[in-house]
Amino acid sequence: MDVDEKLIEHVATLARLKLNKEEIKEFTPQLKEVLDSFSKLDEVKTDGVDISPQPVEIRNVLREDKVEASLAQEDALANSEHKKDGYFKGPRAV
Amino acid sequence: MLTTEFIRKVQSKEVDIVEHTAAVLEECKKINKEFNYFNVISEDLAMKQAEDLRRDPEKPLAGLAISVKDCICVKGVETTASSRILKGYYPLFNATAVKKLIHDGAIIIGKTNQDEFGFGGFATNVGLDYPIPLNPFDKERATGGSSGGAAGVAQKLSFPHVSLGESTGGSIVNPASFCGVFGLCPTYGRVSRFGLLDYGNSLDKIGSLGKSLDDVALVQKHISGVDRHDCTSLDVPVDDYPKFVGKDVKGLKVGIIKEAFGDGVDKHVENKVRDGIKKLEEHGVKVEEVSLELPIKYGIQVYYLIACSEASTNLAKYCGMRYGAHGKLEGSFNEYFTNVRSNNFGKEAKRRIMIGTFARMAGTRDAYYIKALKVRTKIIEEYKSVFKKFDAVVTPTVPILPPKFDEIKKLSLLENYMIDVLTVGPNLAGLPHLNVPVGFEKNLPVGMMLTADHLQESKLLQLGGVFR
Repeated sequence: MDVDEKLIEHVATLARLKLNKEEIKEFTPQLKEVLDSFSKLDEVKTDGVDISPQPVEIRNVLREDKVEASLAQEDALANSEHKKDGYFKGPRAV
Repeated sequence: MLTTEFIRKVQSKEVDIVEHTAAVLEECKKINKEFNYFNVISEDLAMKQAEDLRRDPEKPLAGLAISVKDCICVKGVETTASSRILKGYYPLFNATAVKKLIHDGAIIIGKTNQDEFGFGGFATNVGLDYPIPLNPFDKERATGGSSGGAAGVAQKLSFPHVSLGESTGGSIVNPASFCGVFGLCPTYGRVSRFGLLDYGNSLDKIGSLGKSLDDVALVQKHISGVDRHDCTSLDVPVDDYPKFVGKDVKGLKVGIIKEAFGDGVDKHVENKVRDGIKKLEEHGVKVEEVSLELPIKYGIQVYYLIACSEASTNLAKYCGMRYGAHGKLEGSFNEYFTNVRSNNFGKEAKRRIMIGTFARMAGTRDAYYIKALKVRTKIIEEYKSVFKKFDAVVTPTVPILPPKFDEIKKLSLLENYMIDVLTVGPNLAGLPHLNVPVGFEKNLPVGMMLTADHLQESKLLQLGGVFR
């Protein structure tokens, strides 16, 4: 795997992170070391093996589709600095 | 005083719980000045709970002081998981584990320091602006992580107390080992994750740490059980855990994992753990060597692929809206989110988001993320076959003694991640595991880890009882 500064910058963009020059310089060899080590898993034969998204068997949990009490609008907004007229105010979308 | 006796005295008002709680909080402040274990000491909440309890003391955990790892929500108390991106977040609800403890009369004394979001094995990856917690036995050394504050305060506080911790890849047993306390990480789903700030949803477990195994068992019993707010919580009856501590262990079978000894394990650690195994034998436990190759050989890679993949999606919600750190509303939404995230996540959070994003990218997803989920299946199967023959397996908890901070700085990123080599196995497989303090080497504590099959916490407590 070619892990270079270009790839690191690309992944950062996908992750909505902006790295400064020092971070890119520091992270590139570090992430290369870790990402390269992942190839070790190629040694393990997994043909026909199922994936385990959870470690234990989990069943669907269903409930009646009824309206229940939920957070009041005021409470839901209590932790936000950016709000207006009872809504969250976000950055420009278009 | 035993905790059961203390609780009885609070119930009968022989102990004035208001005075007692004030003394506990004073000691917490004193310890914190020196060791940095708390992000918040929740004085107002604790004193109010104590006053309520004085009026109505008939509760099963009356007056027991509980510290809560900062990634677990406590209503009205700042909860940040030691991350600057959550600075100023005051949850509107209690995590289910916290709610149950409060309901049963326990007193919440504060939020404990940790690696940011749980991203570390030394508690040195605290978020921006957070101080690093210091080992209770040597302030130049690490507490272990990520529940470093939880383990430190469990060791230092002189009053009856249990810490709530959380483990994704070893974050309960690792600091318990470095701080010389018991730490129980339960089966995945045994304790509700509702109100826990997610790191890796398929891996996160809430558990408990304490100097007394009886107290750990007591608290674990009170926080376990199914919860309608967490559909992954297990609908299986909870054992009466405290009854298993001290129960005869004669005839139980424990497998010594061959691969967990030898190369890479400090001789001092190995010797102490071997002494611990001998002690089990003296009490009538049958021990035998067993091979468990996959978790130790491939666990680190599988763990970091799965945990970082899950973390990178979980941390997408931290973007400067709704709660936590905010920025000035300017630029497009991508620019705004990117700025808030870049300014407020610490370095290790950024690295793990990057690793997870890489592992899930088009073109790499099948080769990395999906592959890791398949190897995880094989790891689970390997454990399951071993538990057909054994009640538990044993390894050192961490291969080394608590390191000095300047030694940690010299580690490469992969070497740093290798600290989890013995703990990622049970965490990937969702198996309960317990750190047992087995003695001291060079005045530093050594921990032994016992791992059992799913929902066999009782067996761990039974075996651990030999060391109480």
